[in-house]
Amino acid sequence: MAKTLAEKVWDAHVVRKGDGDGASAQPDLLFIDLHLVHEVTSPQAFEGLRLAGRKLRRPDLTIATEDHNTPTLDIDKPIADLTSRTQIQTLRNNCAEFGVRLHSLGDAEQGIVHVVGPQLGLTQPGMTVVCGDSHTSTHGAFGALAMGIGTSEVEHVMATQTLSLKPFKTMAINVEGTLRPGVTAKDIILAVIAKIGTGGGQGYVLEYRGSAIRALSMDARMTICNMSIEAGARAGMVAPDETTYEYMKGRPHAPEGAEWDAAVEYWNTLKTDDDAVFDAQVDLDADTLEPFVTWGTNPGQGVSLSEAVPSPEDFGDENAKAAAERALQYMGLEAGTPMKDIRVDTVFLGSCTNSRIEDLRAAADIIRGREKDPQIRMLVVPGSARVRLEAEAEGLDRVFKDFGAEWRFAGCSMCLGMNPDQLEPGERCASTSNRNFEGRQGKGGRTHLVSPVVAAATAVRGTLSSPSDLEPAPEPAAIRTDAA
Amino acid sequence: MEKFTKHTGVGVPLRQSNVDTDQIIPAVYLKRITRTGFEDALFSAWRKDPSFILNQEPYSAGSVLVAGPDFGTGSSREHAVWALKDYGFKAVLSSRFADIFRGNSGKQGLLAAQVAQDDIELIWKELENAPGTEVTVDLESKTVVCGNIVAPFEIDDYTRWRLLEGLDDIGLTLQHEADITAYEVTRPSFKPKTLPARVS
Ligand code: SF4
Repeated sequence: MAKTLAEKVWDAHVVRKGDGDGASAQPDLLFIDLHLVHEVTSPQAFEGLRLAGRKLRRPDLTIATEDHNTPTLDIDKPIADLTSRTQIQTLRNNCAEFGVRLHSLGDAEQGIVHVVGPQLGLTQPGMTVVCGDSHTSTHGAFGALAMGIGTSEVEHVMATQTLSLKPFKTMAINVEGTLRPGVTAKDIILAVIAKIGTGGGQGYVLEYRGSAIRALSMDARMTICNMSIEAGARAGMVAPDETTYEYMKGRPHAPEGAEWDAAVEYWNTLKTDDDAVFDAQVDLDADTLEPFVTWGTNPGQGVSLSEAVPSPEDFGDENAKAAAERALQYMGLEAGTPMKDIRVDTVFLGSCTNSRIEDLRAAADIIRGREKDPQIRMLVVPGSARVRLEAEAEGLDRVFKDFGAEWRFAGCSMCLGMNPDQLEPGERCASTSNRNFEGRQGKGGRTHLVSPVVAAATAVRGTLSSPSDLEPAPEPAAIRTDAA
Repeated sequence: MEKFTKHTGVGVPLRQSNVDTDQIIPAVYLKRITRTGFEDALFSAWRKDPSFILNQEPYSAGSVLVAGPDFGTGSSREHAVWALKDYGFKAVLSSRFADIFRGNSGKQGLLAAQVAQDDIELIWKELENAPGTEVTVDLESKTVVCGNIVAPFEIDDYTRWRLLEGLDDIGLTLQHEADITAYEVTRPSFKPKTLPARVS
């Protein structure tokens, strides 16, 4: 029978077919290839194991890192916030007790859990990957079935290396055409979410397809899959191809020699069969896409950067209308204001959506040789210590520092208000992260989700801006523009 | 896990769509390492506002939350469910739940009952017109009763069965340990292991 990519990966992991019917029908039990762990959602799971006298079944398929509440400055000093310090210490104790590999603050492989897995080559096509974090969908960029799970499920995976999963539906997101300069993967996914809504993907695994997706690098595919969860989806996937293999090759945990050949042979089978049927389809035209930005307090509340803040009256359905009203109030915005007139206080370049090396390069290319708006505070937070080292080797840190941005150590940072990097009440931020919820970046903070290049252009002009709004850069910056 | 068959308690009308888990419990509370004691964290930003529904009598003693569509979106934090439970909620009614939230609820014995939006509107009106009205959520018959309103709700059969029986997931799975071991043997050798560690 013809199958979609998601169905193939699912079928290859069934430990036990669900049985029984009616009330006690059990879902399929699936084997989990990789379990990623961080400090926030694991303490209660480890505690559960201990209380039940259970073992961690597969330490060799488990890896931990510290990211959510770690500081991005003074990382050699003890963490100032006591509860954060306790949580980190608890992770360290638990990993030592249960034999889990941990990359701690200061380690070259430490970083945001979703940046670390792919970078080590641990995320591979056709795998099942889980983590107690909703943005686990990131790993789907490799053609893995990757899902965020809750702490009870974390404990379940620790004890059994499996999960009982409800069947999903499949949705094809077809993105055809060629992106214009200055338009990026982030704009694709923001446009998809604005189109289908924050609940539109509910119950679905999304497969991103089409010429525009095939043309994207792995870093960009990760940006897209990362935000699948913002459309409510269970997971997002891209079928593996040469771009994937190219990225994988030579990574620490990538297969080698004959194993590599066997792997590639298998990976080549991981595509949706021509005659397979998706439960739903959505089409997006890449040719006409513009830089996208959110105006509201959920990621579906977005518009093209060239448009204006919508009015609640623009929304047909009563709930959407009320939500828009509330969002405008929280965001301190007037309907009808051109998005490009909105002045921001802070620019945050980071998070598991956009903190990989290409994101930093793209932003650096925009600001190189330009001046930052003096009122703007800009934070640049690499996704992992490894990305930071790589960026420094290329001199990107200098570009950011010369521009007047703060060059930080790796972590989730201002993506969520859990570590010292937070917005003040009322502070407005252009952020490359994934969530613009009320208070997400700090109590009362106002978030506009943007791409790295829009973030960079905004830092130059002080108002939400696309790279095309900038005056031509002075001399030396011209070097890379043709490659962009 | 405690068995859940039927619950009756004060209904709380939360007229809001897209209540995400950051609203249910802000990230700062996620630093705790315990599994209980999150009652103070529930909707903590909103609870600073005296007009917020849970700050009003008799809603403050509520145990059935009646919310707008897309409840529990956003972060996968199970703390959202713990906070609702610790506060005293036994059931949440919404016309649409985020998947992860729904899954987490089922694991923790919080009933996430999917009720048609039209019925939610009726229940909201009833609860607002007669504050303190009790809502009965019957998992056996999959119905919600509030005043004169009787509405069906949806929940997947497996979760319902587990809730009714009060069954722990891990115990259920470990009954099939032989299957897991058999699968492990067939896992291709090219698939990665995290140990021994290799670094860049
Ligand atoms: S960067 Fe943000 S979204 Fe990503 S894992 Fe960290 S907190 Fe979650």
